[in-house]
Amino acid sequence: MIVFNVNGKERRVDVSPDTPLLWVLREKLGLNGSKFGCGEGLCGACTVHIDGYPQRSCITPVGDVQGKKVVTIEGIPENHPLKKAWLAQEVSQCGYCQPGQIMSAVALLDKKPKPTDADIDSAMSGNLCRCGTYGRIRRAIHAAGGKSAPKGGKEL
Amino acid sequence: MSDGTKMSRRQFMKASALAGGGLLLACHLPFGALDAFAAGDAVFAPNAFLRIGTDNSVTIIVNKSEMGQGVYTSLPMLVAEELCCDWKRVTFQASPVAPEYNHAQFGPIMVTGGSTSVRSEWSRLSLAGAAAREMLITAAANEWRVKPGACRAENGIVLGPGGMQISFGKIAAKAAKLPVPKEPKLKSGAKILLGRPFHRLDSPAKINGKAVFGIDVTAPGMLTAVIARPPVFGGQVKSFDASRALAVTGVKQVVAVDAGVAVVADGFWPAQKGRELLDIIWDEGPGGQVSTTLMHEEYARLSATPGLVARKDGDAPTVLSQAKKRFDVEYEVPYLAHATMEPLNCFVDMKQESCLVRTGSQFQTVDRNAAARVAGLKPEQVVFETTFLGGGFGRRACTGSDFVVEAAQVAKAVMQPVKVIRSREDDMRAGYYRPMWYDRIAACLDDKGMPLAWHHRIVGQSIIAGTPFESGMVKDGIDDTSVEGASTTLYDIPNLQVELHSPKNAVPVLWWRSVGHSHTAFVMESFLDELAHAAGKDPYQYRRQLLAKHPRTMKVLEIAAKKGGWGKPLPAGHGRGIAVHESFGSYIAQVAEVSLDVQGNIKVHRVVCAVDCGRIVNPDTIKAQMESGIVFGLSAALHGAITLKDGRVEQGNFDSYPLVRMAAAPRIEVHIIASSEPPGGVGEPGVPPIAPAVANALFAATGARLRSLPMTPDKIRAAVNRG
Repeated sequence: MIVFNVNGKERRVDVSPDTPLLWVLREKLGLNGSKFGCGEGLCGACTVHIDGYPQRSCITPVGDVQGKKVVTIEGIPENHPLKKAWLAQEVSQCGYCQPGQIMSAVALLDKKPKPTDADIDSAMSGNLCRCGTYGRIRRAIHAAGGKSAPKGGKEL
Repeated sequence: MSDGTKMSRRQFMKASALAGGGLLLACHLPFGALDAFAAGDAVFAPNAFLRIGTDNSVTIIVNKSEMGQGVYTSLPMLVAEELCCDWKRVTFQASPVAPEYNHAQFGPIMVTGGSTSVRSEWSRLSLAGAAAREMLITAAANEWRVKPGACRAENGIVLGPGGMQISFGKIAAKAAKLPVPKEPKLKSGAKILLGRPFHRLDSPAKINGKAVFGIDVTAPGMLTAVIARPPVFGGQVKSFDASRALAVTGVKQVVAVDAGVAVVADGFWPAQKGRELLDIIWDEGPGGQVSTTLMHEEYARLSATPGLVARKDGDAPTVLSQAKKRFDVEYEVPYLAHATMEPLNCFVDMKQESCLVRTGSQFQTVDRNAAARVAGLKPEQVVFETTFLGGGFGRRACTGSDFVVEAAQVAKAVMQPVKVIRSREDDMRAGYYRPMWYDRIAACLDDKGMPLAWHHRIVGQSIIAGTPFESGMVKDGIDDTSVEGASTTLYDIPNLQVELHSPKNAVPVLWWRSVGHSHTAFVMESFLDELAHAAGKDPYQYRRQLLAKHPRTMKVLEIAAKKGGWGKPLPAGHGRGIAVHESFGSYIAQVAEVSLDVQGNIKVHRVVCAVDCGRIVNPDTIKAQMESGIVFGLSAALHGAITLKDGRVEQGNFDSYPLVRMAAAPRIEVHIIASSEPPGGVGEPGVPPIAPAVANALFAATGARLRSLPMTPDKIRAAVNRG
């Protein structure tokens, strides 16, 4: 039995500890917001926070998050400045990569409330977007930068 | 409801049952019957595309797949404009598969493609909205005992003489009892919605992780399967031993299907683990001999021989044979994967007498019929639901319905709800690519330096030959999608000949965002640039001279040049390139500004794009699609190549098939030309001009001319060294 915290709730799962966290979130906990894109940590669609750091859940064995705090896109409040900026800048196209993009951006702003373009390049370059929404993502992060962010961790 | 498509099935099944097996045949029903099936939900359904509820809600049923291009917003806008409803009350639903939702121009199938969603639906959806508005107005006028002509509709309310008014929701049930007007009149005067930027209706669900994509579909007792596929195209299973795979906890069954050997488990991870433990002996057949290096040599040989003539103006071969100086070049582009962010997947629940398919498809009728054939059922017995698509780019309109057929075969073997998921490597290696192309062109100039003759041979696989669409789309051996953009060039060249060779081989090919234009624009616009430089002329002015008869193309070219600072000074080492191309009824010019780093990597700093796509619905969507097309095209121009060696695809994931990332994404500026021309497409036409714009900018910056994509550092260094 692996016990960990997801979006503020304690969760217990009985799976092989080598199972990637992504598939536990999606298939055992019904949290489909984190996406499968590559399975090798190359595209960032599966990005979640583990104890506050952005991590690729597709290559994180669930056994490694025993006792840790996981936050997924479902745990980022709807009134988070980044989510509001994402809507205002009309970022999403197909939308598949956007949960992962937002999770990386939330982690960036937590660390650096007013990031430079270079900060955005380095924090966001692990997240692929096939629809090419990068320019709007950059604008949304700048727009949300410096605005106080409510803390994540609650189920919507 | 904005969560997507979940609601549609229950409601449509109910509608279908009450309509005697048809689907939302409200327009053929006595309208009293509607109240029954609408169950207090929607009381007014004058046609297949819209419903109004007593609570003033307006639901627009969308027959196009939402894969990022914004159809769940732009198509509702078309209806709402004529309906005169309150836009804030509008929601969308994915349509089921039914004849009412077939493509308005492509024949009896439901399909999203060819950048046609807005332009093909403009008239039908406008009339659907107008008919409903007339019925609502007439119903209100009858209530008030005034003439309908004395009333009008605005923002979801019918307004009558003397300040009388009633909301759509309150009059909807009465409107439902009226006959549907046969020839509704479209509004005159200023547009309320069209031409103004509106937020996408699907955005909230997409940023909260609530949008349901195919991969998110689930059902009680659902199993998950992955398929071990042959290492080469055309390979087959000779024999397999599943005992080690079946020993993995969670693996339920191992079944052979046409695509390979499927491992069915209670989740993706056990299925994947089980697949690694399968012992399979493959019969590779001749597929193991396929090599893109050998194909390249074959294509080069073919290009030296006459092909089928796709366009002939004047007599290019004769003029060239008499020319004092001629220019002979070869261009080449590789196979490309669509690489949608959401790997292909499909859910199927098959029963003896019915079958439910839920997936992200652009090709619903074709896919549904394919599932029915596997099931041994009639097409009407298959319920096909469209989810959100995590990218499409043509891949989810597969002429072979590959990802649906394999899921249906697995479902038939297990007779339990099952979802087949492709890993990224499966997705990238199992085929259906943009074809590899080889072009040979000879040209000569007149005494003013303008093109006098252009003899162009194109070599590459037809994406249509061998599919059910061949009889309709290949004429006299010419697949137009192979030559479009070259055979349709707008440049005024007196002697122009375009020829085609369509060799066949085992590699599956398909339309890839912008189809033939994805290759012809690169070739045409790069070589034209070469000729301009050879003639000692400015490439922008050179194009203007050749486009005198094409004002729309001229205009976008001029706007892109002006806004892109054509001719203005640049930092040292930077260069500007320009390209213009018409495709899918839209005219687009792009100016790219690039430089080269010491390793030979191209940095694209800025792209300015001018687009004339005729009358527009949502300008922000158009901007977004131009941005999208440019980044998509840039990934192909700089990185994209699928290669085969010993029949094996050499790429598998985003390390070997890289895409443009945040740091490499250029600043993009989009200028939309105001136009009253018929609407053109926007999903695809942003792609073609970027590769040549960048190649031309690279030449301007370094003197290196690349005639081969992708423009990788090794090719660039070699070209720079050649000088």
